[in-house]
Amino acid sequence: MSAMFHWVFVPLTLGLSILVAIMETIYLRTGDESWKKMTKFWAKLFGINFAIGVATGIILEFQFGTNWSNYSWFVGDIFGAPLAIEGIMAFFLEATFVAVMFFGWNKVSKRFHLLSTWLVAIGANLSALWILVANAWMQYPVGTTFNPMTARNEMIDFWDVLFSPVAVNKFIHTVASGFVLASVFVVGVSSWFLLKKRDTLFAKRSIVIASVFGITTSLFLIWSGDESARQMADKQPMKFAAMEALWDGQANAPLVVIGLLQKPTPPKTEGQLKEMEFAVKIEIPSLLSYMTYLDPNAYIPGIKDLVHGYTNPYTEKVEISYFEKMERGKEAIATLRNYKDALLREDYEALQEHKLKFEDPEWMESTFRYFGYGYYSESTVGGLIPNIPIAFYSFHIMVALSGHFLALFIVMLVFTLKNRIEKLRWLLYVAIWTIPLAYLASQLGWVLAEMGRQPWVIQDLMPSIAAVSRVDAGSVQLTFWLFAITFTILLIAEVKILVAQIKKGITGGH
Amino acid sequence: MFETLSHFALQQYWWVIISLLASLLVFLFFVQGGQTLIFTLGKNELERAMLIGSLGHKWGLTFTTLVTFGGAFFASFPLFYSTSFGGAYWVWMIILFAFIIQAVAYEFRTKPNNFLGQRTYEAFLIINGAVGTILIGTAVGTFFTGSAFTVEKINLTNVLLGGPTTISVWKGPAYGLEAALNVQNLSLGLAVFFLARVLGILYFMNSVDDENIFMRSRKQLLINSAPFLVFFLLFLVLLLTSSGFAVIPDSVQNPMYWRIEMEPYKYLYNFLQMPVVFVLFLAGVVLVLFGIVISLVKVGNTKGIWPSGIGTVLTVFSLFMVAGLNNTSYYPSTYDLQSSLTIMNSSSSKFTLTAMSYVSLMVPFVAAYIAYAWRALNRQKVTEAEIKSGDHAY
Repeated sequence: MSAMFHWVFVPLTLGLSILVAIMETIYLRTGDESWKKMTKFWAKLFGINFAIGVATGIILEFQFGTNWSNYSWFVGDIFGAPLAIEGIMAFFLEATFVAVMFFGWNKVSKRFHLLSTWLVAIGANLSALWILVANAWMQYPVGTTFNPMTARNEMIDFWDVLFSPVAVNKFIHTVASGFVLASVFVVGVSSWFLLKKRDTLFAKRSIVIASVFGITTSLFLIWSGDESARQMADKQPMKFAAMEALWDGQANAPLVVIGLLQKPTPPKTEGQLKEMEFAVKIEIPSLLSYMTYLDPNAYIPGIKDLVHGYTNPYTEKVEISYFEKMERGKEAIATLRNYKDALLREDYEALQEHKLKFEDPEWMESTFRYFGYGYYSESTVGGLIPNIPIAFYSFHIMVALSGHFLALFIVMLVFTLKNRIEKLRWLLYVAIWTIPLAYLASQLGWVLAEMGRQPWVIQDLMPSIAAVSRVDAGSVQLTFWLFAITFTILLIAEVKILVAQIKKGITGGH
Repeated sequence: MFETLSHFALQQYWWVIISLLASLLVFLFFVQGGQTLIFTLGKNELERAMLIGSLGHKWGLTFTTLVTFGGAFFASFPLFYSTSFGGAYWVWMIILFAFIIQAVAYEFRTKPNNFLGQRTYEAFLIINGAVGTILIGTAVGTFFTGSAFTVEKINLTNVLLGGPTTISVWKGPAYGLEAALNVQNLSLGLAVFFLARVLGILYFMNSVDDENIFMRSRKQLLINSAPFLVFFLLFLVLLLTSSGFAVIPDSVQNPMYWRIEMEPYKYLYNFLQMPVVFVLFLAGVVLVLFGIVISLVKVGNTKGIWPSGIGTVLTVFSLFMVAGLNNTSYYPSTYDLQSSLTIMNSSSSKFTLTAMSYVSLMVPFVAAYIAYAWRALNRQKVTEAEIKSGDHAY
């Protein structure tokens, strides 16, 4: 919940900071005061949004300790570092220069002011880099080893963590989504001015800049999204199958373009999975196989294959079942327990025997990597499958909307350059109503990323049930509602203030 | 460079960094202290706008230092993060809540159509200033007095026996709020609160160009310095006369498993056995008092914030040194002594501390650009004219 709330405000900060910096750069190069007014107007909206982004961000960092205490120890050796670097490298940059950006217009030189604005934009995007590195590591844990003495994962290669393909792609995809959202926001707000026939030059200039920025970043968004899906198929196949609602694996797997899921079928026997069929669907044959592996004949495992194990008929590779993974996970947990017991008993012979297993790469790869499955049993196997409708719909709606954004940017740019945009009132309305859709798409992206990987807080190593603090349910519920209500009130306040500021317009003062 | 250091040396290095961040944070609490005085020092809207405007240039730095302090603690001593945050749940949640409402208060306070009204956002500032400082001070007090918790890493494997798998389990009755019942903790919390107010006053005297506010600030300086001294001395006496949580080195075992025992006058001995720290502490206290005294005695003096600020940094830094170095448990457990956290048993691995140490080399660079930007903004004091011009006023 707190991540979703925080993510309401962050994308606009990421993108608008760059757009404001671009506008101020044009002001400095041209000396045209109208560009300064534009810069100040959008910076004002940036400032309002920035404040609430900061407010909702602090809870996220400390929540790793307050609500996920086991997690904090089990992977703190890796996860803490990006958070600390984020503070040192990014937050100070933002906090220091945002003050210059807002209060420095008459106190520092124009060049220093512009530098400050760019540093705020860089700081904001750098902060996204580090938190996304941390998040990517949770989805694809690399550059680490397990130390039984400390009972935790420990970093052995910082660069592996920082430059893991998942981290790089996640960063590009996430900041690109922020850039697109900010572009939609600027285009939408500017369209309102055109509808009201106010500050039209300012509005058209804003549309041109935001549309060009939006088209460019949309291409990055789509490219990195495609790459993200491929990575998911390889590293988180259950999440991939869930977002495609693919129950049975198949070669020449079709891509469901539009689909409506039925209610789940009740299991006929104990241990059977609750399956969901499509009530309606439009699909393109073999496209999923092709998009995933660039081969229309490639085999895509379904949810049932992953649970029960399967042999890929195309590559003949055998994948073990979740039940087997549970056994191996239990063995890994038992080995850790035996190691700790031997340590307590000061039985150094037994200690050495167990220690050797953790030093054996083959055992670590065949057994320890399924540590997290040890927290599940045959009767709870359903807990290893994410919520299918949430994963499926969030993915498909998000993809459809990203296409809509790209089309909108192109159309808005073309008609603005042709100086016909003011006549197309319906298009201006579409642009305004696309603002909430951009927020929806942005939220759905996070929902897919975070709900789709459930139950794992660290892929295959730690499920959420083993990661939490031991705090009574009442306290957790109370804090949940306390923050939910507070954030909702602050959200209402922000929207009302933003609307009031927009209505004041570019010449409305501050 | 850092690769050649031992794990223990890196643990000490990171304790120094944490202590430095904590000490800078307490100095920057002048923002919080100032917030609690906006109605005492500002008697009309314009005066309050000047006071809040002057703090508005700086609140982000305090906030960021708090976040970085948390991040650095997580990266270097993750067991503290999981034990204290996951255990003293309500203390940290209330602190977080106090900072959430602060972050929006500045930006939203005077904006049209701000939903909650100007007074509500001003109340947020006062709540943040009071609750944030008192609770953080009280929570740090437990570094010397201890808390009730257990740490048992084997619990992670309890799933095999069907038991709870949480490593750190809080045994206190109120998820950390019970710390406020301890006189020593509370005296530190109140000392931090009044120190923040003193620093806030000294900051206003330095950065707001208004005769009335200046005169009221001088009066308030005296009023707030007295309770600060009382609570600080009470804390100090209790600290120096109390028993402390000593780590007993064992040449055979891994330092992770060294025993913890109670030792009379442990913190007094820590000062005496670390004379440099003792000198820093004394210098810090003298500087804090010097800044207060010259501001009271020398009419028109506006520079008191600097000696008092530097003194605050030195004092808090040396208190943290005493809490965590010289074989001392910095986060002791009164429920199970052997669960107490030391810099040896709660730190990150040597690899991570080494990697993070390279990152820490950026800190002087960060400090330099903060100082540069601060100087650029503070070259001119906050004036009535600036506030009335309305160019991004808070």
